[in-house]
Amino acid sequence: MPAFINPTVVAHLVLIFVVMNMLVLSSAFMVWMERKVCAYIQDRVGPNRVGYEGALQPFADVLKLLFKEELRPKAADAFLFAIAPILSTVAALAAFSVVPFGTETTLFGLLSEPLRLEVADVNVAVLVIFAITSMGVYGIVLAGWSSNSKYSLLGGLRSSAQMISYELSYGLALASVVMLAGSLSLREIVMNQSGYWFHVIPKWYLFLQPLGFLIYLTAGVAETNRAPFDFPEAEQELVAGYHTEYSSMSFGLFFLAEYVNMVTVSAVATSLYLGGWLGPLLPDWLAWVWFMVKVLAILFFYVWMRWTLPRYRYDQLMEFGWKWLLPAAVLNLVATAALVIWLG
Amino acid sequence: MISLNHYLVLSGVLFAIGTAGVFLRRNLITILLSIEIMLNAVNLTFVAVGRYLGTVDGQVITFFVMTVAAAEAAVGLALVIALFRHRETLSPDAFTLLKW
Amino acid sequence: MDLNSIGFFVFGAVAVLASLGVIGQRNPMHSVMLLIVSFGALAGLYILLDAPFSAVTQIIIYAGAIMVLFLFVVMLLNAHTEADSVPAILGPRGMQIGALLSILLAGEIVWGLSRLGLTWFGNDPATIANISSVSRIGLAIFTTHAFAFEVTSILILVSMVGAVVIARRGH
Repeated sequence: MPAFINPTVVAHLVLIFVVMNMLVLSSAFMVWMERKVCAYIQDRVGPNRVGYEGALQPFADVLKLLFKEELRPKAADAFLFAIAPILSTVAALAAFSVVPFGTETTLFGLLSEPLRLEVADVNVAVLVIFAITSMGVYGIVLAGWSSNSKYSLLGGLRSSAQMISYELSYGLALASVVMLAGSLSLREIVMNQSGYWFHVIPKWYLFLQPLGFLIYLTAGVAETNRAPFDFPEAEQELVAGYHTEYSSMSFGLFFLAEYVNMVTVSAVATSLYLGGWLGPLLPDWLAWVWFMVKVLAILFFYVWMRWTLPRYRYDQLMEFGWKWLLPAAVLNLVATAALVIWLG
Repeated sequence: MISLNHYLVLSGVLFAIGTAGVFLRRNLITILLSIEIMLNAVNLTFVAVGRYLGTVDGQVITFFVMTVAAAEAAVGLALVIALFRHRETLSPDAFTLLKW
Repeated sequence: MDLNSIGFFVFGAVAVLASLGVIGQRNPMHSVMLLIVSFGALAGLYILLDAPFSAVTQIIIYAGAIMVLFLFVVMLLNAHTEADSVPAILGPRGMQIGALLSILLAGEIVWGLSRLGLTWFGNDPATIANISSVSRIGLAIFTTHAFAFEVTSILILVSMVGAVVIARRGH
């Protein structure tokens, strides 16, 4: 074996490959889960023809999308039109790269030094996630603009205005957790949540910051343009949204980006508030199973909310974000600061 | 090997490009963008010298410069909107007379 | 040619080329997108300078907020290509002098810096850990530079109110 084929480097590359594929597969899984859960909430069965209980339905959908014609209107800007879905997808996938999903492992002694189960281990991980999700706004803005249609433009502007408004509360909720943990690294925040109170209640930040958790989830739902904050998307049932002019795989890329964003928000929520991969009973090298369970719980909550709650009208949505959520987030931050100083 | 001079040269070149943009472009928004380029060049100088001196003050100053740049961009764009509403054009040559 | 040097030249080249594109493009939309690329390259340079906090703040504030503001204004004002573009050498007198002055400025800075001896960065790991630690930056902002921090927050408030008042319709 040549000297540069280092087992550690190979392990890292395999890890990156696995994470990328898991994200894309989880998006496909979310399509299936959404349709099944929606069906059962509406007292019907949902897809059950393709594969066992319709599990292959998302793949059938993707195949159908791939065979559609790739339309492009005589748009204002061909380059921006092509690059908008790419920007959305890249931002969505890149944001997951700093999220840790398990403890260190040496793959049962194959590696000389332990491999951390995350793509990149930076000590400003929380800020990196915030930065990359704020880059995701550009995909939507450019999609709305380059479609060269008034309705697309308005839909794109509304959607991006909503996203940047809710980013403030998102950031303040993050700041409260960072104050509690004293570190910006997601791995350290999770490790700070290990242990139990009274041997029964896990030391999750959910119990120390209930309001913060609610604020974070609400802001996360609004960031990913999901119900009940999906007026700019649902607008297309009435008029048109930012991705009306897109067809075939570009359209598919926008939905991939949306589902991967949901997975990222859920993953960050479990790391910050639900104790990440920490859990009883399982050995260390299976800790990522707990992580997956917690992420799936939050994703189920996402889907459940979509098919239960009516959606906010756009002005109600903006009013809620600025007049209610932002003061609540500031209050949470001040209360957390007081708590940290008082308890030392 | 990269020395402090390399970073200062790069910063100087970026600043000159920003200045050229302010002189040469006849579009209000592009002039504001060139001002942002100049502010960025200054930020790079601060961080590079902070790294050389081994203090954290360089990054602290860039934090404040970024905040000031945000405030100035907001007010500048508000002015551009108000001007556009009056003359329907973004060229600074339309605003040469003192008559409103 | 270690990673540091390659990184500096790559990011530096991207920053300079993107900035040239910003002042050269006719369409303001393309100028804004090229400026975002330039900001990304600068963030890469900050990481090479052991300043991860500055790099991330650059992306969050500049590329994530200020440029979105610029994009909104460009789209709402429908700022299509004006009949200006960067004039070539055959431009009117004022443009020629402006371009000449900018080139002179760049030349002067480069000449002055090349006359000095090369100043190398220190590589002491303790100092590097000191610089790149976010808690140190927070400590400096809230203790040594607390006055500047408070004044900056008032500045932001003033600019917010001012922007809303200026851009309002009618009086």
